[in-house]
Amino acid sequence: MGLRITLGILLTLVLLAGVGFPLSPHPQHWYELPVIPGLEEKARLIFFHVPTAWLSVIAFLTSMYFGIRYLRKREHIDDIRSSSAAGLGFMFCVLATLTGAIWAKFNWGSFWNWDPRETSIFVLLLIYGAYFSLRSAIENTEKRATLSSVYSILAAVTVPFFIFILPRITSGLHPGAKGDPDGAGPVVEFKMSPNMRVIFFSSLIAFTLLFVWMFQLRVRAAKLESEQ
Amino acid sequence: MTAQIAIKAEGLKKVFNRRVVFEGVSFSLAPTQTLLISGRNGSGKSTLVKIVAGVLSPTAGSVSISGPSEGGYFGHQALIGMVSPYLQMYEEFSAEENLLYASTIRGEAYDQTRAHELLRRVALYARKDDPVRTYSSGMKQRIKYAFALLHRPPILLLDEPMANLDADGIAIVREIMQEHRRNGAVLVATNDLTDVDVYDKRITLDA
Amino acid sequence: MRNVAPRRWLLSVMAVFRKDLHSELRTRYAVSALVMFVITTIAIIMFSLGQENAPPEVLSGMLWVVIFFGAMSGLSRTFVMEEERGTSMTLQLLAPPSAVYFGKLLFNFVLVTALNIFTVLLFLFLVNGFVVQAPLVFILTVFLGGCGFASATTVIAAIIARANTKGTLYPVLSFPILLPLLVAVIDATKSAAEGAPLDQVGGVFQFLISYIVVLTTLSYLLFEYIWKD
Repeated sequence: MGLRITLGILLTLVLLAGVGFPLSPHPQHWYELPVIPGLEEKARLIFFHVPTAWLSVIAFLTSMYFGIRYLRKREHIDDIRSSSAAGLGFMFCVLATLTGAIWAKFNWGSFWNWDPRETSIFVLLLIYGAYFSLRSAIENTEKRATLSSVYSILAAVTVPFFIFILPRITSGLHPGAKGDPDGAGPVVEFKMSPNMRVIFFSSLIAFTLLFVWMFQLRVRAAKLESEQ
Repeated sequence: MTAQIAIKAEGLKKVFNRRVVFEGVSFSLAPTQTLLISGRNGSGKSTLVKIVAGVLSPTAGSVSISGPSEGGYFGHQALIGMVSPYLQMYEEFSAEENLLYASTIRGEAYDQTRAHELLRRVALYARKDDPVRTYSSGMKQRIKYAFALLHRPPILLLDEPMANLDADGIAIVREIMQEHRRNGAVLVATNDLTDVDVYDKRITLDA
Repeated sequence: MRNVAPRRWLLSVMAVFRKDLHSELRTRYAVSALVMFVITTIAIIMFSLGQENAPPEVLSGMLWVVIFFGAMSGLSRTFVMEEERGTSMTLQLLAPPSAVYFGKLLFNFVLVTALNIFTVLLFLFLVNGFVVQAPLVFILTVFLGGCGFASATTVIAAIIARANTKGTLYPVLSFPILLPLLVAVIDATKSAAEGAPLDQVGGVFQFLISYIVVLTTLSYLLFEYIWKD
């Protein structure tokens, strides 16, 4: 109950702030956001695109964590948790890809460019797709749980190869790629003002709580369904 | 004769697709003893044999197999010879090639003399160079016995030992079982209760 | 691998490898699929290129696309055949999972290397404009790429062998895992075609080697869960 209320309030505030706060070149009041040259109004998408991308990764790691637990303890509930997390992660991944494509259209001219970060989220989408294809191709419950856990571990290991190493080899559009003078770390120092940072991190927390809440709901529902 | 336990099974339970096939199965088997596992179709006899052979993991419980061996994984597999309807030979290979790979994949040198002796014993020597693909079902069953005995295992696990065999084949298998129980242990899973009094122990699985 | 005499384990690995090789030479399932696939695809590429010379980036990509799909048509055989013919249990009775894995990994490595050599030769002789100016870099790339393919796809072949719709599932599961390898290897091939010196592609080679090591190790650790029921 408490989680739901907190979540509702936080999300509403983030939405209002992210969409409603006006931009001004020299922010004076706490409700004004800075104008980032080149981005301006489009910057608002940061509050929504980055959390969904972040969450699609977190969800995958959660799925893998419960997959590993299933392999060790062989309790069916861990497989339920693993696939519930993956289902949510898939949804967030689709959202991240779409919001990213929209941003790309407005900032860089076209919906898709095969920039390394774009390719990474696409690969994550492929991994989720592969994970669910595998699950639907196995009838035996225990085998399905075992094999999807194994695959998620394999896939998880290749993701760092992709995200951390490839942007260094090929140049790209996202901040942090080879051609960007601001540095090549995976978490880039955004040119954000303090109040913008507050909204950003609140959004991150709000979306994470959203994930936790939805995850708990899905697990409960799946548990009831499998006990019939 | 020492009462050294060859197979010890405790509290074996198997669940398939959230359904319990059997639970609480325990038994022990010493050298020179024979065990019969009987039960209706679908009661889990083959599943139990696979668990004892180590190719299937039980949901709960344990099986331990002891005998003269170097221990470790090769040890467990070296102690068992299994014949089962689920066991398949490599049909693109001949009988002799199957036995050759059976030895070498076990990490042992191929003993051709012994292989030929076994092939003669199961009446397949004449066809030893023909691919198993060309064998009749009775011949395929007999080659499985050569496969099971090649590495001199102390324990024989036989799931439906007489399947597909004619009278001659049955006589061969009876003779193999008789000879084996002199020094080793034999576990048989079957519905065929013709020789039921021959067995020292018996377990019945409910469906 | 508790208590297993190393020599016996090695003999077992080599025997699994030899059995697969012997079986393949006798039935030729994978090899014929691979050869037909590569020939047909390269023919299509040649028809579509006509007299034009495609730039090195495009040709490098195409080379590895052909290799990828060639691998998809042949590298799953080693596990799928055991499953379809019912001999998985036979193998389980004979050898520990680690010996089965490394034996089949070795087989897949040989198969993919043969595929690579065949494809590369056809490309060099038949496809317009595919000229390699740094042959050493190219050979290393193809070799490491082959190792990478084998290390990633063998374990996936083991996974799909236990599933129902094996054919289409293999590329679906393999592609995300292979993608880092593919991008790296296409990049290195392009550099080799343009004549880049060895130290310039050193970073990519380090990447390839770490990919191979990580995937082989992980596959070995996970294999027992896939293989044993």
